[in-house]
Amino acid sequence: MLTQYMIVSALLIAIGATGVMIRRNFMIVLMSLEVMINGAGLLLIAMSYYIGNVSGQVMFLFVAAVAASETAVGLAIAVMMYKKKKSVDINDFSILRK
Amino acid sequence: MKVILLFVVLTPLIGFLINGIFGKWTKPIAGVIAATALGISFILGLFPIISVLKGHIVEYTYFTWLPFKGVTVPFGLRVDYVSAVMLFVVTFVSWMIHIYSNGYMKGDRGYARYFAYLNLFVTAMLILILGNNYLLMFVGWEGVGLASYLLIGFWYEKDTAADAGEKAFVVNRIGDAGFIIGVLFLIHYFGSVTYTDVFPRAEEVLGFGSTAATIIGLALFLGAVGKSAQFPLYIWLTDAMEGPTPVSSLIHAATMVTAGVYMVARSNAIFSLTPVAQEVVASVGAFTAFYAATMALTHKDIKRILAYSTLSQLGYMFIGVGVGAYWTGMFHLMTHAFFKGLLFLGAGAVMHSMRGLLSIDLMGNLKKYMPQTAILMVIASLAISGIPPFAGFFSKDAILASALEMGHPFIWIVGEITAFMTAFYMFRFVFSVFYGEEKVEGLYHDLHTHEAPPVMTIPMWVLGLLSIVGGWVGLHIGGHIPFEWFVTHTAPTTEVAHEAHYSEVLLMGISVTMGLAGIFTAWAIYIKKIITAEKIASMFKPIYTLLANTYYVDEFVYCCIVKPFWWVSTNFLWKIVDVIMIDKGMVDGAGWIAGRVGKGLRLLQTGFVNNYAYWISLGIIVLSGWYLVKII
Repeated sequence: MLTQYMIVSALLIAIGATGVMIRRNFMIVLMSLEVMINGAGLLLIAMSYYIGNVSGQVMFLFVAAVAASETAVGLAIAVMMYKKKKSVDINDFSILRK
Repeated sequence: MKVILLFVVLTPLIGFLINGIFGKWTKPIAGVIAATALGISFILGLFPIISVLKGHIVEYTYFTWLPFKGVTVPFGLRVDYVSAVMLFVVTFVSWMIHIYSNGYMKGDRGYARYFAYLNLFVTAMLILILGNNYLLMFVGWEGVGLASYLLIGFWYEKDTAADAGEKAFVVNRIGDAGFIIGVLFLIHYFGSVTYTDVFPRAEEVLGFGSTAATIIGLALFLGAVGKSAQFPLYIWLTDAMEGPTPVSSLIHAATMVTAGVYMVARSNAIFSLTPVAQEVVASVGAFTAFYAATMALTHKDIKRILAYSTLSQLGYMFIGVGVGAYWTGMFHLMTHAFFKGLLFLGAGAVMHSMRGLLSIDLMGNLKKYMPQTAILMVIASLAISGIPPFAGFFSKDAILASALEMGHPFIWIVGEITAFMTAFYMFRFVFSVFYGEEKVEGLYHDLHTHEAPPVMTIPMWVLGLLSIVGGWVGLHIGGHIPFEWFVTHTAPTTEVAHEAHYSEVLLMGISVTMGLAGIFTAWAIYIKKIITAEKIASMFKPIYTLLANTYYVDEFVYCCIVKPFWWVSTNFLWKIVDVIMIDKGMVDGAGWIAGRVGKGLRLLQTGFVNNYAYWISLGIIVLSGWYLVKII
């Protein structure tokens, strides 16, 4: 059983990572990040169940909380960026390089 | 007594600190402070000396200075039969020179600085002689090196003075290297540098005639050669004349140059084990005595004549310690300190009133203007020429007699010839400066030539008195010579197998004849003018030129050592090592590499989020792959 969970989890992380790497729309990137987090969370919970220890589940609760606040900050940044550049293309957001 | 002995060394140090730190404010009384410090040091020094005279060696350890595993070096002071002589000579003669300097240096800009250095010099010398181990002696050894550098280059605005200071320092370093090697060998063999550990065990550890003893002896002697300016490391001493004259007096008479003789006499337990090193010491001494005397014959600069005579007299001292009669070396060291100190102070008085003129060609009949100096210089010259009953006679005669008795007739002959030359050049000096007629009309009137002030003449009189009576401790009294008896407590005379007995009266007669003959020759040439000096000079032109140019040794050193060194330094060390390897290679290279790496890393900073994500993922994949490989 665990193997299937692990495969799904790995797939979710890979899909998320691919999204983060190749997509340019800031909103999609954020969503891909969520997918990666969910992949990691799934693995935590599956492992927790398999070992018979609840600490993995508790950890995921924290992860979920942190992810929620992170998304809030990310969205705020996205809104501010959009106001400045009238665009959500992350390649337009390379101003920190200069 | 423990505290008194410590303060013998500390008092001049305190004087140095006062004048060195607060020189700006103490300037008007700097000389008084320095001379007082030395006076106190001398008086305190009398206590241990008296105790040694009563037969008790004074030795105290104050603290452990360098605790190592295996070798522990204490900070201890020791006054025994050898160092008691040195303690007396150094503190007393230095004291006189300090007092004299008050008059001589009057009005100099660096008045306080001068006295600070002078006190530092004596402090270092006292550490050198009173330390109870070789490492402490080395501290003093380097200390006098430093102080002499500072004092010789005292008028550092003058290039020649600065160069002379440097030369003294560098030449001394060569000797110091030998000294360090010797001390390291001692540590290797004895596991200690303290005299009381080394000397009693010397024979048992090293063995008579062993290579180890020879190496240690020769290494230590190399140090002595540097410090005491023997051939071939004598070249710094004549240039040292660039310093103020009382400094020359201090260096030549009481302190620095005697250190080498003292060290050899102090290490007699080691030198007695090695006939080879002894032979070297005596031969170098004899050669230097002769060689330096020949150079003194032609020089016209009053200070240089005296400088060469110091070299020559130091040569005598090394003959004494080299043939194994250590007490004679110490004896000559003592009497020499009195009359050479006086000679330099007299030369200083002449310079003082002649506004720094030095050539004997310009002077003559100075006795009319400086009667006291003239009398004192005659006394000192008689002493150095070995005329009884003046001090130099007893010590020089003791050295030559023991050289003969120890089976070195050749050295004795060289010594006697040198004695003749010594008397000649000293009286050439005296006759052409103080007697005869005035050579430059009106010169003295223009310069207001006058007798030195009492602050200068009084120390000279004291030294003059000692130049007369100082040798009397070498008289035979009831089959004993008091000085020999005193010093041989710790510095015994080497026993000789083939003890030859020569008639002492005959030997003395020869010595005195040599001295008188020298004086007579000088009188015949410079007063009677039976034959003029110029005529002799032109008769022996090649020899004269050779001597007048001091055998071209400085030129030789310049061509064969300084120039190649300079060439290697500019062409290799500077242009290749420094500029190409260090500047371009290492310094610029480090910057260049950092720049290149930065340029490379800049490519990673695209500012595009996808790129960062890509690199991060790549990193994660590589790391987890690495981890996987490891656990599988």
